[in-house]
Amino acid sequence: MKSTTKEFRNAASRALADVRLQEAHEVVYNGFHKARLSAAGDTDDWEAQRTLGKAIKDHTIANLDYYLDMLATNVEKNGGNVYFARDGEDANAYIRGIATKNDVSTVIKSKSMVSEEMGLNHVLEADGIEVVETDLGEYIVQLAGEAPYHIIAPAIHKTKAQVADLLAEESRSERRETAKELTRQAREMLREVFQRADLSVTGANFAVAETGSIVLVTNEGNGRMATSMPRIHVAAMGMEKLVPSAADLSAMLRILIRSATGQRISAYVTMVNGPRAHDEEDGPEEFHLVIMNNGRDRLLRDESLREALNCIRCGACMNSCPVYRKVGGHSYGWVYPGPIGSIVSPVLTGLKDGAKLPAASSLCGACHEACPVKINIPRMLLELRSQTAQGDPDPQQRASGIGERMTWKAWRQGMMSRSRFEAGSSVGKIATAPLKRDGWLRKVPPPISGWTESRDFPAPAAKTFGKMFAERNKAKNGR
Amino acid sequence: MDNGNANELPAKVNLFVTCLVDQFAPNVGMSVVNILEARGIEVHFPPDQTCCGQPAFNSGFRNDARPVASRFLDVFEATEGPIVCPSGSCVAMVRNFYEDLFRGHPNELVRAQQLSERIYEFTEFIVDVLGIEDLEVDTNIDATYHRCCHLLRELHIDEQPTSLLKNVEGLTVKPMERNEVCCGFGGAFSVKMSDVSTAMLNEKLDNVVATGASTLIAGDTGCIMHMQGGLRRRGEDVQVVHIAELLDAESDLNRASKS
Ligand code: SF4
Repeated sequence: MKSTTKEFRNAASRALADVRLQEAHEVVYNGFHKARLSAAGDTDDWEAQRTLGKAIKDHTIANLDYYLDMLATNVEKNGGNVYFARDGEDANAYIRGIATKNDVSTVIKSKSMVSEEMGLNHVLEADGIEVVETDLGEYIVQLAGEAPYHIIAPAIHKTKAQVADLLAEESRSERRETAKELTRQAREMLREVFQRADLSVTGANFAVAETGSIVLVTNEGNGRMATSMPRIHVAAMGMEKLVPSAADLSAMLRILIRSATGQRISAYVTMVNGPRAHDEEDGPEEFHLVIMNNGRDRLLRDESLREALNCIRCGACMNSCPVYRKVGGHSYGWVYPGPIGSIVSPVLTGLKDGAKLPAASSLCGACHEACPVKINIPRMLLELRSQTAQGDPDPQQRASGIGERMTWKAWRQGMMSRSRFEAGSSVGKIATAPLKRDGWLRKVPPPISGWTESRDFPAPAAKTFGKMFAERNKAKNGR
Repeated sequence: MDNGNANELPAKVNLFVTCLVDQFAPNVGMSVVNILEARGIEVHFPPDQTCCGQPAFNSGFRNDARPVASRFLDVFEATEGPIVCPSGSCVAMVRNFYEDLFRGHPNELVRAQQLSERIYEFTEFIVDVLGIEDLEVDTNIDATYHRCCHLLRELHIDEQPTSLLKNVEGLTVKPMERNEVCCGFGGAFSVKMSDVSTAMLNEKLDNVVATGASTLIAGDTGCIMHMQGGLRRRGEDVQVVHIAELLDAESDLNRASKS
């Protein structure tokens, strides 16, 4: 997928002005966020489970090569094929190769964010292959020609009426009204595709190294159909999405599902152990696991950002984020929106263009509090701000302008001595004296002019605290 | 947490008032002084202090933040005893973020760790260190309380201000929807991403106004300036005050409320 992270400001402004989108965003807090809070509240040892989840992921990522090797060995032992893809292009070429070799004409997809990274649908479609998403939300955004809005709820921004129009147009049949009818309609449309698809591409919520299994968590059962009906099954995963053992898997599922939807368990948890064995009646003839890097090694190498690889893509950070709730999922400009997206997207697609994303945070910490594996997202946003402002040794990667750099130099000068601090305060006081109204200003100059677009700014006090306190002490002691 | 009898009080504390209180809200600093002095605690204000370095650090300019933070260490290392600060975000800077700022600077890193053991946010100091939950204040105010982000989620200080407020005679604290949600300040974020910040602020202010309270209480001066600036621009007649002003029996706020 092409990155438009650079356009964050404009995209965000458009979303802010869209009343309907703003209404749609509310479900993120009122629905998902509250559901997670109540699921966590109903779980006695929630904090301990988060701690365990973090420990499992820390351990896995610290020994990533070891466990990836174990996973690959076991998938192959189970009769599957493993392909380590350097990037999206590499992964696309591999999957395209499978499709060509097998004369595939229809591909069904079950939710896969990694395939969004790859832009797989377009690549296959260019070869004349029909590609159909089977997760209802993904199907809706596919029909609308859009990217997913949220990693758990891709079509959260669409109204029922919009969905009705999209389905009626695609099926060339009567427009349905209720949610139930619409779901049935989509189901009928998809069922037919399921039956004729020769290849499926799914994601993987987890892969289990010791058993060579991949695990899909869904509520619609499309994951199960996609992994059992077509002749060939390709699962695509980021190289960080594995756990060592089945016991670890169970710990991770508990926190993933509660954090994603507030359910205790999703309607379906599907485990796939490779292709159909000799003595089995169904399942695919071929199984391929594509394990994708696509820049994740940059996160792995950078100790201060490595924790981002602990992410289990539950979406809780998005649901708790007051910025996401205003700007919406598309503003972030790449596959992963919200707080974790503001780390992953710039690192995977380019820090210079993506510098707006780590800046788009008030550092309120709601994401850190929500994250089931306790990822300290604010810390990493700050780290990326530092890398884009002045940290990166490569000037090409620095996104800060000369004006901003000069501003902070001046600030630093002012803060390095108390007399300059006092002088700065006095200058501010004198300059604002004629403009202030009961201690407040309607307009301030750059670089802080953005403030007074919507808020009054306080004029400096008549005396600094330092002066006020010294004078009081003098008066008190003089008495 | 010790909710029992008052602890033995320290004779002296050092005040880190923060650059924002120093320049924009000195009355907040005076309230902290009044509250502590009323309990016989001497307040020392190290006169060379300026800022902890947070603004530049938050904007990514660590090379500019570091000397300022290092100077902060110099100024307060020259003192003894607890350091009290009426700001969650500045205490979080020292306690949580100096570790990142001084990564690769082992000397400052150790000094920062030592200093961070001496620094307390104001309400935390009163409740956890002094062991006081009732400051014996009476007033006449209908208010609501905003739980500032860094206080709540970086420092996990929430019960302390809540119990101090509960014991103020004549104060009604009206419950507010989404009182844990950020007001959109975020330092330079409020300027750089003004429209996003404003959208967050407006949600917050809608919730504030919906309580019908005349006064909004918060614990961090940056957030207070932001919310008061927004309320003024919207023409709302709600005053935003720092919790220290409310807990200071002698503050103008409390005196005016009873006249
Ligand atoms: S960062 Fe944490 S909260 Fe956000 S999607 Fe990943 S696991 Fe979930």
